[in-house]
Amino acid sequence: MFVLPGYDAFLGFLLVSAAVPTLALVTNKFLSPKSRSGERELTYESGMEPIGGAWIQFNIRYYMFALVFVIFDVETVFLYPWAVAFHRLGLLAFIEALIFISILVMALAYAWRKGALEWT
Amino acid sequence: MIIVTTFAPITICTAVSGIDLELSFVDAVKGWGLSSELAHVLWLPFPMLLVLVAAIIGVLVSVWLERKISAAAQQRIGPEYAGALGILQPMADGLKLLVKEDVIPARADGLLFTLGPVLVLVPVILSWVIVPFGQNLLISNVGVGIFLWISLSSIQPIGLLMSGYASNNKYSLLGGLRAAAQSISYEIPLALSVLAVVMMSNSLSTVDIVQQQNGAGLLSWNIWRQPVGFLIFWICALAECERLPFDLPEAEEELVAGYQTEYAGMKFALFYLGSYINLVLSALLVSVLYLGGWGSPLPAEWLCSWLGQSPNAPVIQIVIGSLGIVMTVLKAYLLVFLAILLRWTTPRVRIDQLLDLGWKFLLPISLVNLLVTAGLKLVFPIAFGG
Repeated sequence: MFVLPGYDAFLGFLLVSAAVPTLALVTNKFLSPKSRSGERELTYESGMEPIGGAWIQFNIRYYMFALVFVIFDVETVFLYPWAVAFHRLGLLAFIEALIFISILVMALAYAWRKGALEWT
Repeated sequence: MIIVTTFAPITICTAVSGIDLELSFVDAVKGWGLSSELAHVLWLPFPMLLVLVAAIIGVLVSVWLERKISAAAQQRIGPEYAGALGILQPMADGLKLLVKEDVIPARADGLLFTLGPVLVLVPVILSWVIVPFGQNLLISNVGVGIFLWISLSSIQPIGLLMSGYASNNKYSLLGGLRAAAQSISYEIPLALSVLAVVMMSNSLSTVDIVQQQNGAGLLSWNIWRQPVGFLIFWICALAECERLPFDLPEAEEELVAGYQTEYAGMKFALFYLGSYINLVLSALLVSVLYLGGWGSPLPAEWLCSWLGQSPNAPVIQIVIGSLGIVMTVLKAYLLVFLAILLRWTTPRVRIDQLLDLGWKFLLPISLVNLLVTAGLKLVFPIAFGG
């Protein structure tokens, strides 16, 4: 029935885990009191009337971290099959991974040097 | 002791019919004249519901433990009125939140505001698919195993960003951004330290990872061969769960409650549930990856041979299976206890210190750890999993 063994249970548990928040929110909808008033729906800003919204343009300092993250996340994805098959591949695979990782370490050193990892 | 007693019903249910429950169930259903595919589909709901109930009981127990231990750390008494020693307090809190009014701020994005907590909770529950409580006591032994957890855990920051953005509140937005930055910074060292374990067991499956550690009990656990990896994994797991000293996304002195500021009632409860399920899950995975999972400090087979019992006798199999579940839960709760104590002994780090620790310290160390493991595996193949 399923091409990949074991994933039918995964699909089933996906439905079960999606049902938990859905059921909780639907139950809450039926049980909770409803009272609409302007004050209650105001955005919280330390007890003051909010000044302006939060949907504005501003400098996200985490941007460079996100870029470096993409590089290293792809790297770990490449390393997973290497690690699983390592016992069959031996010394050559070790040297190959060493070259691969040292290129990425150079990239990390470059980003570090350029100040991409600084919180300024 | 509380932990053991709360999990006792589950222990009995799962261990009653021997060590491979699905096989005996399928055989029994075949006896009624049904096909084995149908029997398999009929079997599927049982482990799922058991694990879901176990996860929720695990959360209730750890919320209670957190409150009691926090109280003890501050020389207070803590919850004591709801049930004996206040054990029913988390349940009472949950029921209270269930009947609370659901407030959506007028300027928020209603759809994303509702979807955020759901997207945080679903992947965390879903990750329990791969948590093994015994040889066959898990929902599904999928081939990619631990990698499934790594990939599911990267869905969570999307939900956090979504709820931070949708609230249209400055505190929430900053909290959501911090949460996303924190979890991407600590995901790479986490994945790399898991890689070193994967390399030693030649498999991504959590069952294989535990079996590879259980040759000689306590001494063959991965923590002795991966001490650095264990520390990296534990620090990163705390950061991913947003536990102190890494609870910057919801730092109450700076950001009120971070991305949760605008949330009330059930949606707040979903965030709360998600964070505690994640804590228990991380503790379980630390015990699976480094502390021998369901294995006891003295291998059960040795105990059997000393007592002159055959490990294949049905009664002995039930005892070994139950012992495995108790061991897994005990190790996990020991780590939960450690996390709670850490919360009251360490000050919160600053955001630049957090990012420096992740990128300039843990990432290089975990790369070196991986390469050293690979080198040692080449030199001493027997000690590092062949």
